[in-house]
Amino acid sequence: MREVRMHADEPFCGAPLLRRGLTPVPLAEARDLTLRADGQALLDGVSCSFAAGRRTVVMGANGSGKSLLLRLMHGLIRPTSGTVLWRGAPLDRRARARQALVFQTPVMLRRSVLANLRFALAVRGVPRCARRARAEAALEQARLTALAHRPARVLSGGEQQRLAIARALACRPELLLLDEPTASLDPASTALIEQAVDAAHADGVTVALVTHDAGQARRLADDIVFLHAGRVAEHGPAAQVLSRPRSEAARAWLEGRLHLGP
Amino acid sequence: MDGFAEVLGQALALILSGDPDLVEIIGLSLRVTLSAVALGCVLGLPLGAVAGAFRFPGRAAVVVLMNALMGLPPVVVGLLVYLSLSASGPLGVLGLLYTPAAMIVAQTVLVTPIIAALTRQVVEDLHGEYAEQFASLGVGPAHRVAALLWDARYSLLTVVLAGFGRAVAEVGAVIIVGGNINHVTRVMTTTIALETSKGNLELALALGVVLLALALTVNAAVMALRASAVRAAYA
Amino acid sequence: MFRRPFLALAALAAAALATPGAAQDAPFIVVQSTTSTQNSGLFDHILPLFTAKTGIEVRVVAVGTGQAIRNAENGDGDVLFVHARPAEEAFVAAGHGVARHDVMYNDFVIVGPPADPAGVAGMTDAVAALAQIAAAGAPFVSRGDDSGTNKAELRLWQQAGIDVAAASGGWYRETGSGMGATLNAGTGMGAYVMTDRATWISFGNKGDYRIAVEGDPQMFNQYGIIAVNPEAHPNVRAEAARVFVDWVISAEGQAAIAGYRIDGRQLFFPNAAKPDDASTG
Repeated sequence: MREVRMHADEPFCGAPLLRRGLTPVPLAEARDLTLRADGQALLDGVSCSFAAGRRTVVMGANGSGKSLLLRLMHGLIRPTSGTVLWRGAPLDRRARARQALVFQTPVMLRRSVLANLRFALAVRGVPRCARRARAEAALEQARLTALAHRPARVLSGGEQQRLAIARALACRPELLLLDEPTASLDPASTALIEQAVDAAHADGVTVALVTHDAGQARRLADDIVFLHAGRVAEHGPAAQVLSRPRSEAARAWLEGRLHLGP
Repeated sequence: MDGFAEVLGQALALILSGDPDLVEIIGLSLRVTLSAVALGCVLGLPLGAVAGAFRFPGRAAVVVLMNALMGLPPVVVGLLVYLSLSASGPLGVLGLLYTPAAMIVAQTVLVTPIIAALTRQVVEDLHGEYAEQFASLGVGPAHRVAALLWDARYSLLTVVLAGFGRAVAEVGAVIIVGGNINHVTRVMTTTIALETSKGNLELALALGVVLLALALTVNAAVMALRASAVRAAYA
Repeated sequence: MFRRPFLALAALAAAALATPGAAQDAPFIVVQSTTSTQNSGLFDHILPLFTAKTGIEVRVVAVGTGQAIRNAENGDGDVLFVHARPAEEAFVAAGHGVARHDVMYNDFVIVGPPADPAGVAGMTDAVAALAQIAAAGAPFVSRGDDSGTNKAELRLWQQAGIDVAAASGGWYRETGSGMGATLNAGTGMGAYVMTDRATWISFGNKGDYRIAVEGDPQMFNQYGIIAVNPEAHPNVRAEAARVFVDWVISAEGQAAIAGYRIDGRQLFFPNAAKPDDASTG
């Protein structure tokens, strides 16, 4: 049996499964996901879940597979083997429409701030008459109203990322996926992004956020998935993972030491 | 030949004279070429966008074909359109031969591959940037093509200009299907060919300078539009 | 956001395509003719007179005689007005034309550079002059485009007993182009060129060239006119075509042709038979 299986048998890794009924149902779940490219395993037997109503932070070093996991959960790429479940059923197009993904580098259309929001709403089938109001409400929420008619691509990095989150939330997702949304932002912008994530969570949106910033994980996480070299090294409630990591990789990471190899 | 300065002077005099025949010829040139470019856009933009934004079986062959058709010789296009529109051809009943409509058809055949092939490249580049976001949002095929074309609109201006340049400068196709009939199908390029064959080389060259000025004006106007878009970060 | 401008573009293009050509509603005919008649300015002189009288607009497609006949055979023209009698008669015999009428003639001349390398200047015997050019190996530029002029020229070479096909690419050069383009090429390379007199007189790029050989009756260039047969080509505007042909060979039309002059020189000499004894074949 492969090593990852043994991890899965450990209580914290399979915690939501083992304590069924005590913890919330997983909204999205990865089951034994493996992704190979050019003969190399980028993800190797990853099983984890994003519990409904909670904020799951996916951590790990560069190349550990965090962003790939997020894309797999969103259905942007297909796993070589394994399955992604949405509310217990295989992920499909309609399920993906219940999610929204915010990329590390925001992708903004060559249009105004407002038009970017309205485009997303149009794609999601929001009736024309409702789009403007919803777009404006989302801008208000993101405190971007003053920039509504500026070309989106002249906004600063932080503003663009807030716009990306506003665009994602305007679609009213059940699950908000964020791929290192603050990786290239200054502390002030980071704070605004984290506020936005918190506010969304307060509104009942389930959050899954990828970061390699331990401080951000402490501030935001309810649960933590720690990936190391394409495998789940830790998966459990944030307090537990952050205070008593079981794996050497996570311990080294949290203590700020350099750790080489699996 | 009396030198280029004299030719330039003659060209300027031609423009300033407001000669009604010249005005008519320039007007028809613009009407035929702009119509052909508009039709070429209607056909070529979606075609190029589809080839640029989707992966489908036979796509590589389509791209190679579009690129190859960019080099279609105008005379060959002229002959093909002539044989189609001829009274004894399959479309003869339309009665389009020796009319501006026939010239528009011929030039449309010439510019559509250019617009489609260059659009494919522009859209493919933009799609590389947008693909994941579109997939995440669940943008459907029609919406995707429309959004890519709209967002690439200022880059596509250059594409349209390439089509315009090809059409406005072309003589081989329009002279065959238009017949270079005075006051009916005579355009700048066929007039230049006619004056050359009459041995009026200075006049032909002066008309060439007028044609060049026309092309310069159109290009400058479009590029000014594009520059303002670049400043607004829409391009 | 996108659909509207795109639809506007489509509508614009469709409108442009549907917009009729100038004077579409006025009656008109298409005449397949040759570059010599067009470039000499003859049509600019006589057609307004005809249109003023009948209200029929005449649209001239000026190409080589070979192409003009071919186009008319396809039914892409109502009248054929060219200068290659055997081909014209074959056209009528094949049922494409109603009848052939002589209209006018001009003559061919051989033009050459002032240096006159073959020493033919002043000759009046075209066949002898061509033989002399061939013997001297002096450059000669031919249209080589199966036009009426080209056919007449080839007949003369044949009479001189010279196989120009063998010399092609050497001193004998075929441009495959119209009369004007061939004259431009010939004067550019110091070659002799056989041209119709009308084109030569009105040609604007003569340089120091002059007529070397003229006056040979064999170099007469007869023009004929044929209405395209509506039985073979139902789309032709037969009635208007008949009116035009009748006018061209009428006393009025013939006078108009005779009246066309450049620098006081008459270019074409009308010689239509009286309508009652017009030849049909």
